Amino acid sequence: MITAGIDMGAKNIKVIILEDGTVKGKALTPAGLDAKVALETAYGAALKDAKVTKADIKHITATGSGREFVDFANDNVSDVTSAARGAVHFYPNAKTVVDVGAEEGRGIRCDKNGKVMDFAVNEKCAAGAGAFTEAMARALELKLEELGPLSLKSTKAVPMNAQCAVFAESEVVSLVHAKTPKADISKAIHDAIADRIISMVRKVGFEDDIVLIGGVAKNVGFVAAMKRGLNKDIKIPTDPEFVSALGAALEAADKVKAGGK
Amino acid sequence: MAEEKKAEYWRWTEARWTNPDIKWQDGKILTAGVDVGSVSTQIVVMVDGKLYCYSNMRTGSSSPDSAKNGMNWALEGTGLTVDKINYIIGTGYGRVNVPFAHRAITEIACHARGANFMYGPTIRTVLDMGGQDCKAIKCDEKGKVVSFLMNDKCAAGTGRGMEVFADLLQIPITDVGAMSLDVPEEPPPVSSTCVVFAKSEASSLLRKGWPKNKVLAAYCSAMAHRIVTLLERVGVEKDFAITGGIAKNIGVVERLKKELKIDIAKTQLDPQIAGAIGAALFGKTLIEKGKT
Repeated sequence: MITAGIDMGAKNIKVIILEDGTVKGKALTPAGLDAKVALETAYGAALKDAKVTKADIKHITATGSGREFVDFANDNVSDVTSAARGAVHFYPNAKTVVDVGAEEGRGIRCDKNGKVMDFAVNEKCAAGAGAFTEAMARALELKLEELGPLSLKSTKAVPMNAQCAVFAESEVVSLVHAKTPKADISKAIHDAIADRIISMVRKVGFEDDIVLIGGVAKNVGFVAAMKRGLNKDIKIPTDPEFVSALGAALEAADKVKAGGK
Repeated sequence: MAEEKKAEYWRWTEARWTNPDIKWQDGKILTAGVDVGSVSTQIVVMVDGKLYCYSNMRTGSSSPDSAKNGMNWALEGTGLTVDKINYIIGTGYGRVNVPFAHRAITEIACHARGANFMYGPTIRTVLDMGGQDCKAIKCDEKGKVVSFLMNDKCAAGTGRGMEVFADLLQIPITDVGAMSLDVPEEPPPVSSTCVVFAKSEASSLLRKGWPKNKVLAAYCSAMAHRIVTLLERVGVEKDFAITGGIAKNIGVVERLKKELKIDIAKTQLDPQIAGAIGAALFGKTLIEKGKT
């Protein structure tokens, strides 16, 4: 049985094609200016990657902040549901799922079936989301991909006072003018966002295993800062940005098994 | 690749002024207030408690230099020199870094005192909308602070947020307010609180074909609403005055007035110099009480 999960994120659209619990194909497309075109592109690419056609898909479940937008989906589930479901698929002992996307951050407590027990969300403030690191990379005139690895080369702790991404941008510019090494600034940036995420997730509590997912989990600087801040081990799946789409595809498979279309 | 010349839409107009009716040589007590904010710096010189001259300019990368440059500009053409000023008080974000100041006083106290001078002793609530923070201050008839609340953590509801929008829409910041009022009907406010997200929201509104003035109206109204929530926590009592740079943005001020259903006190003076005026007045009081 083949199902699809589509995660309509603020920045990227992620699609997973799942056959009997195994990922057959996947695709990621920036949501860009025309979300409809991007959605078609992403879905088409994932089908092609899985070497299947639209007719082969038994059920499509959408998730993500733009999930209502996926008009050809059979149903949709919340970001929290799909994130927990996907994380537990990779790590059956997952109790705390931290999901950091471009414009949102989430902390989720779940049981062994991936059922959500409690959660906390920040969708109001860029300081606890990927948008923060993007803004800081711009202020440092670095590519986003360079920011994380550079932070690992830091030798000196520099304080960041600003929480707000807009104020932090000015602070970063002043630090650059004061000839502070970019590696040290970069480390301070990652510590700042990790602090914000950790204080949010503390509302639901941290319990092992802790699984980090979402696009920002690919940033090694952020992962290092999270480990520093928590002083605990953190598990990260291979493609952390696809975990929610996978969770949605798993939910879709459940629907088919339960007899729904 | 050709470098595109980037206009700086956020830049506001710097100014200086001398009171033609006062001769500083005739004064007994000369005091100065130096308000080094995160975005702007104001210097006010008072002669026997009367406004003599001021300058209002952008803060540079160093607070001491900004204070020095501001003072030089304020005194330009007056013949007055710093050493002849009896007492100088620093205030604002960079108040401890004013090289020639005799003392530092918080900007909360100074804004309340300054508003009392500028708008009169009936002022009970002062809203100071600065470059990187926003304060709601309640004060008594002497301009003494009774209570206050501030937001200095988040750019939403501060001048910095407005600068970001001026840049995004490529509208000179001094035109933003008037343009935002030039709409046939009031659009719904921008829904994102965070300036970073509001920026993306505004971009998508522009792509949908909204004209710039409609987007500005939506942002000014969101900002007014954000500030109202801060004001309501401290409680708004008549008379009500606004100080700081955003007091010059008629788009925000008019919407605040509408939402609060309260009149806003008027002044002939530059609302950005309230803090520096308050500081200079504190200087005079300290001299009179012999507490220097």
